[in-house]
Amino acid sequence: MSFLRRTVPLAIAFTVGVLMAFQYFVPHPHSKAFLELMTRWDRIIAGFAVFIGIYSLFHLHWTRIRRKAAGWGYSIFVFLGAGITIAFGLYNGGEAFWHDKKEDTMFDWLFLYVQVPAGATIFSILAFFMASAAYRTFRARTVESTVLLIAAIIVMLGRVPVGALISPYIPVVADWIMGVPNLAAKRGILLGVSLGAIATSIKIIFGVERQYLGGGD
Amino acid sequence: MITVVAGLMLLPLIPLQAGELIPPKSFKAYDTPNDGGESISLVWRASPSDSPEVDYVLHMANSPEGPWQEVMRVRSNTYYKNSALERFGFRKRNKDTHLLQIDPRRHFSSDKNRKALYYFKLAIARGEEFIPVEKVVSGRARGNWFNTAKLNNFIIMIAFSGVVLFFIIHARRNPKLFLRKISGLDAVDEALGRATEMGRPVLFVHGLTGMGSISTMASVNILSRIANRIAEYDAELKVVNNDPIVLSVSQEVVKEAYLEAGRPDAYNQDNVVMVASEQFPYVAAVGGIMTRERPAANFFMGYFYAESLILAETGASTGAIQIAGTDSYTQLPFFITTCDYTLMGEELYAASAYLSREPMLLGSLRAQDLGKAAIIVILFFGTALSSFGIGFISQVFRAF
Amino acid sequence: MGRFLNIDRRIIFAAVALAVIGSLLVDFSLPVPATAPVQQIFDKIESLPPGAHFLLSFDYDPSSKEELQPMALALLHHCFQRGVKVIGMTHNPGGTGLAEQALNSIASIYQRKYKEDYVFLGYKPGGASLVINMGEDIHTAFLKDFYGNDTTTLPALQGVESLRDIDYLVDLAAGVTIETWIAFGREKYQFEMGAGCTAVIGPEMYPFLDSRQINGLMAGLKGAAEYEVLVERKAQAFEGMRPQSVTHCLVILLVLFGNVAFFVSGSFRTQRRPRR
Repeated sequence: MSFLRRTVPLAIAFTVGVLMAFQYFVPHPHSKAFLELMTRWDRIIAGFAVFIGIYSLFHLHWTRIRRKAAGWGYSIFVFLGAGITIAFGLYNGGEAFWHDKKEDTMFDWLFLYVQVPAGATIFSILAFFMASAAYRTFRARTVESTVLLIAAIIVMLGRVPVGALISPYIPVVADWIMGVPNLAAKRGILLGVSLGAIATSIKIIFGVERQYLGGGD
Repeated sequence: MITVVAGLMLLPLIPLQAGELIPPKSFKAYDTPNDGGESISLVWRASPSDSPEVDYVLHMANSPEGPWQEVMRVRSNTYYKNSALERFGFRKRNKDTHLLQIDPRRHFSSDKNRKALYYFKLAIARGEEFIPVEKVVSGRARGNWFNTAKLNNFIIMIAFSGVVLFFIIHARRNPKLFLRKISGLDAVDEALGRATEMGRPVLFVHGLTGMGSISTMASVNILSRIANRIAEYDAELKVVNNDPIVLSVSQEVVKEAYLEAGRPDAYNQDNVVMVASEQFPYVAAVGGIMTRERPAANFFMGYFYAESLILAETGASTGAIQIAGTDSYTQLPFFITTCDYTLMGEELYAASAYLSREPMLLGSLRAQDLGKAAIIVILFFGTALSSFGIGFISQVFRAF
Repeated sequence: MGRFLNIDRRIIFAAVALAVIGSLLVDFSLPVPATAPVQQIFDKIESLPPGAHFLLSFDYDPSSKEELQPMALALLHHCFQRGVKVIGMTHNPGGTGLAEQALNSIASIYQRKYKEDYVFLGYKPGGASLVINMGEDIHTAFLKDFYGNDTTTLPALQGVESLRDIDYLVDLAAGVTIETWIAFGREKYQFEMGAGCTAVIGPEMYPFLDSRQINGLMAGLKGAAEYEVLVERKAQAFEGMRPQSVTHCLVILLVLFGNVAFFVSGSFRTQRRPRR
């Protein structure tokens, strides 16, 4: 069992990891064919994994309804929403799903008038939360936080036309803040992140880090 | 003698008379280096007649006798070799040499033999005037087994991998390794203890990227460590995902962690769930879980986007102790302002090693430090040299 | 004054809502000059000859529609005006409806025909793998377009075997796809690309602009508004500049007010620094 659960996955991770790392340096058609094969596998697995996701989602909400867990009524909407969308998707404006997708069907209507505004609504909550978080946390407690506060005000003004109305220099200074100190800090973080990512990849390829397989050793 | 030399030097400066077309020299064909056998490169030395009014015309055939077909006609002051840095490097003389890359299969699509030999004729033309180069050249396209333009990357990869592996082996022999304090990770026990005392669950929120992302790998590793401790504390762990593959891996990891802690009975598959596959439905679902179940501790680990602030603000409003870890640079400010502790950038990757204190895992951290030191030195010298107009260092590190 | 330090969040939410609604109701216009990164995208499309191939990747879903759809519409106006052939696709399953709507609505304004002047390849999963597949052979990556037509038969795709044959690509992204297009597309298959993204990930894209891995960038609603001004099609994004400006000013005022309260109440002597 340990052989199948540990040794085989580690061997696959090592072989594919090393081959993919070297593939980057080999332009030969065989190398390209290998890359295409791997990416195709990746897509096939991703396609099948969707079913696992759907099963998990439905199972969770079905259990909630069955057990009458707190707020179980909302779970009904999961089935309702999914059912209606799938049904209209399969109906395809009366032409059934094995035909090409028809335009302006009920499925499109659901997308445009339910999914689009619902997604936009959740996204717009961000503006409210940002205002509240900024109010609570942007305090000139120390010299550093004062610098941060001033920079934030300049960038906020520089990112909207009103900044240019106040002074033509505000967008220029805002761009400088974004392009110089901000970028320098970002690059510093990026370099650290990249080295960390490479080191983690090496640990995974060589089987040193194996937590993702579940358990310790 | 001096007169002759001076005369030769002045030669290119003398304007050419109309009609005087000088055919180019050194016409050659060869397999394009560093490619997968898609093209044949044709090169020739620039002719003194090169000007916007003059064209080069290339003919191609699959036998020396023909039939010949015109495959390209380009203005004579374009298509220089220095435009293909990735294949021919930074040599100065590249700007005096013309280069055309021809994909034979485009013109002879019926040819089944990928490595067939093709023949080329070049001519210089201006309007009706047409002077062919006498020489017919031939070449075949072959796939190459190593892209020499990526040699710099290859060397860096081998060197850095070697250093990481060396320090991993070294750490096994000398396990006492200094590790700076990461307060966010020291607070994990505090957060789990609080959840146990309050009898409320711990919520682990994955980022938005899939299993192919290193951030997700790192967060799964952290999940494993946290799940193990939660099983020991006998608290309840809830894990939310938005990717089905991450879901499967998380379920397996949590199950194994409970098994390892000797509490397989405490594992409940319904606590590791996929709540939505898209960004904002995911936010709505996780926000709902936070407000309904009021977890005592929230962990946000992985790569986040605009949802970070909504998640962390909702969590903060429920009074939960919050620990975030992300390598998403733009979301760091949001987590820092709304969470109690934030693991920044590479701290996310180091977390698994830090929590386990396994020497083998800690070894790679020293290699990362060494890598960073090397980058700082190179940046310093590179900036200094570039300031004095010496730019070779940027060529050495250029990625193709 | 100290009580103002912890005012109910709902008061702030109400102030933001009022600011947004008020600025939508009151009509006033603000100048929106184009910044260099947006101008560069415009100039690149301006330089494309009629018949050139432009790939637009709609990598966003309804949640980011407000910021990114105006960019798509403005870009499509520009391309169809110039007779550039447009190839649409998406990495995001939620993006198909938006892409289809954008392409069809703008194409009809300029009497551009599907299959001949533009195509929509639809959605395919895979991310980086899909980009690599397209770099090798666009027709095997997308055997059929969104409407089930064989991609090898589409006139708009004639002369396009792989990503190498694309004259310009713009990725409109709400996520990680710009990096994916750069790392697995542009770097491997050598084509020129620009990008548009939500304001929140805008700063993350600056290094790519600086290293010229993308030739231009539109960030957030302001980027979209600038492009609308450039193509002389002032629409949703341009209108959005009003509430955005007012909200930014409100947040600045709130922050300043919070700091005044912080100092006047003397809290700065007692409050410790927050934990990182």
